[in-house]
Amino acid sequence: MLWVDKYRPRSLDKISVHREIANNLKNLVSEHDCPHLLFYGPSGAGKKTLIMALLKQIFGPGAEKVKVENKPWKIEAGTRTIDVELTTVSSNHHVELNPSDAGFQDRYVVQEIIKEMAKSRPIDVNGTKGFKVLVLNEVDKLSKEAQHSLRRTMEIYSGACRIILCCDSVSKVLEAVRSRCLNIRINSPSKEQIVDVLEYIAKKEGLQLPMGFTGRIAQQSNRNLRRAILCFEACKVQQYPFTDNQPAQTLDWEQYISEIASDIVNEQSPKRLYMVRGKIYELLVNCIPPEVVLKRLLFELMKKLDSELKHEVCHWAAYYEHRMRLGQKAIFHLEAFIAKFMSIYKKFLIATFG
Amino acid sequence: MAPIHSSSQQWVEKYRPKQVKDVAHQEEVVRALTNTLETGNLPHLLFYGPPGTGKTTTALAIAHQLFGPEYKSRVLELNASDDRGINVVRTKIKDFAAVAVGSGNTNSGYLCPPFKIIILDEADSMTEDAQNALRRTMETYSKVTRFCFICNYVSRIIEPLASRCAKFRFKPLVEDIMTGRILHICKEEGVHLDSDALTMLSSISEGDLRRAITYLQSAARLYGSSISSNNLISVSGIVPKEVVQSLYQACKTGQFDLAQKEVSDIIAEGHPASQIFSQLYDMVVQATDISDETKARISQRLAEADKCLIDGADEYLQLLDVASNAMRSLCNMTQECCY
Repeated sequence: MLWVDKYRPRSLDKISVHREIANNLKNLVSEHDCPHLLFYGPSGAGKKTLIMALLKQIFGPGAEKVKVENKPWKIEAGTRTIDVELTTVSSNHHVELNPSDAGFQDRYVVQEIIKEMAKSRPIDVNGTKGFKVLVLNEVDKLSKEAQHSLRRTMEIYSGACRIILCCDSVSKVLEAVRSRCLNIRINSPSKEQIVDVLEYIAKKEGLQLPMGFTGRIAQQSNRNLRRAILCFEACKVQQYPFTDNQPAQTLDWEQYISEIASDIVNEQSPKRLYMVRGKIYELLVNCIPPEVVLKRLLFELMKKLDSELKHEVCHWAAYYEHRMRLGQKAIFHLEAFIAKFMSIYKKFLIATFG
Repeated sequence: MAPIHSSSQQWVEKYRPKQVKDVAHQEEVVRALTNTLETGNLPHLLFYGPPGTGKTTTALAIAHQLFGPEYKSRVLELNASDDRGINVVRTKIKDFAAVAVGSGNTNSGYLCPPFKIIILDEADSMTEDAQNALRRTMETYSKVTRFCFICNYVSRIIEPLASRCAKFRFKPLVEDIMTGRILHICKEEGVHLDSDALTMLSSISEGDLRRAITYLQSAARLYGSSISSNNLISVSGIVPKEVVQSLYQACKTGQFDLAQKEVSDIIAEGHPASQIFSQLYDMVVQATDISDETKARISQRLAEADKCLIDGADEYLQLLDVASNAMRSLCNMTQECCY
């Protein structure tokens, strides 16, 4: 089992990073009821961990017995039927899914599932009606229509099910949906907190730590706890016992992007652009999301730039990222950004060195 | 299995005024409407004003006071989440409007005026075609049906419809009235709010009573019965002032790396960029030490970034761009990248 899963806190009491939030959540569900919730925060901050722990707090250990299902849905929409297949993770008490996986048909999925859940409302021994919890991941990736229909279904079926939404950036969630939920911001753990967690894991695993090693990993992880733990484990696999100056493992795609960045800075010509295109394609076919590529590339390029150029480059990065969202084919916009960068950089070089 | 408690009821619904005269802070509207209620003679109505000022409450209260137990059969309520395309106007609304009703004693013995009401909530989100289709319907059935339009922006209602209605403007609630209502709810629910938190609540809700009550309830659920202003900030999703202030200061120094670090921290803390934008905007506009031109420059880029966010652009990049643009404007650097 990966350390990320092995050391994931299972209950609200054991959560160490977001102590205060966990306590508040515990109070919130002390009457075995909760409003709709919306968790937001950067990835690797602990949203999912908190949600799972919260479910356990509400329903007891039953919430942990999950089964993964690949469920086909047949949805009647007016005159035609739509087939959607979606992976759900469910227990007796909750259903978890990524509605955005259904692409443009996400609207139907959202409505259909909630309706189905509302129909099979659980009743306990005393005959009181209970509720189920629907966990929806990546709501920020849902289409506007799906979010609109979510808002309506949330009200109609609020008696039978509670909805827990989970997303990275709350700006992309409709105000109307947000205002119907209790919003909970999950911040990324600080570097010190990451170091604490890593040291805790090391103690449990019985590992010897050289000075400052966990600090380096924490530094590299960009305040992303999941990445820090994965990286820590990778380091252990690579070389143990740790040496004093062992570097923290970087991901290979990040190294690859940093190579691309040096390529771009070293030479600005159509030939080089063509070469870089091949490399970018390589990244894209390996399923690295284009916006991540662009962000990382910007980050790497920024390291090599004078501060007067940084303004302009970051402006164009924002500009092409926006265009990428509006457009269809990401490679065009990535390449446009690189070409733009080359032209700016070359102009700068000529102006400075003649 | 977890049973449902009555505590899950929304306070917004629980404390919604039931009578027109209880509606807070809208004296002119209340006065005019009380008159019409007494005579039982109602014109078509158009309520407009910012959210959370009592428009829907007033409309529902009128309907309840007029019809009492007959409410179900006499009132059709449609809001934005219902389908309201031109087809619905042509069929559902028209069918409902066309039914004739008698006056006087109905079987329940309640004295009803001889008409029905159709409440169209959030009418500004109706398409222009649908609104046009309503024009004739309104006139044809005006004997038996009154319309009540509710919207935020009166300019989105087409002129022919607006001119057929008596218009009522709802104004944002002032602080005294708001605190009065909040304190009343606090007393009923047994929630303690210190004076600091009370001022904070009225300032973050910006005259929107519904928002204030929602925040209050969220905070009460999460933090128990004693609420401080920090609790309110965290449930409302408002970014603490210091965070925006330090971003602004970083921009003023003219050092790009400093601003970049601030931006990364903000994103890592999970603050929503759209909220940062609106608070940064407030700060820039209220600043006294920068020129109008600088303000305009920064605001322009803020507006563009906000649009980009709505299109789904990345928060980090947009925020970084706004910060870099603000820095260039504040420090009088060259604005090279004009498009």
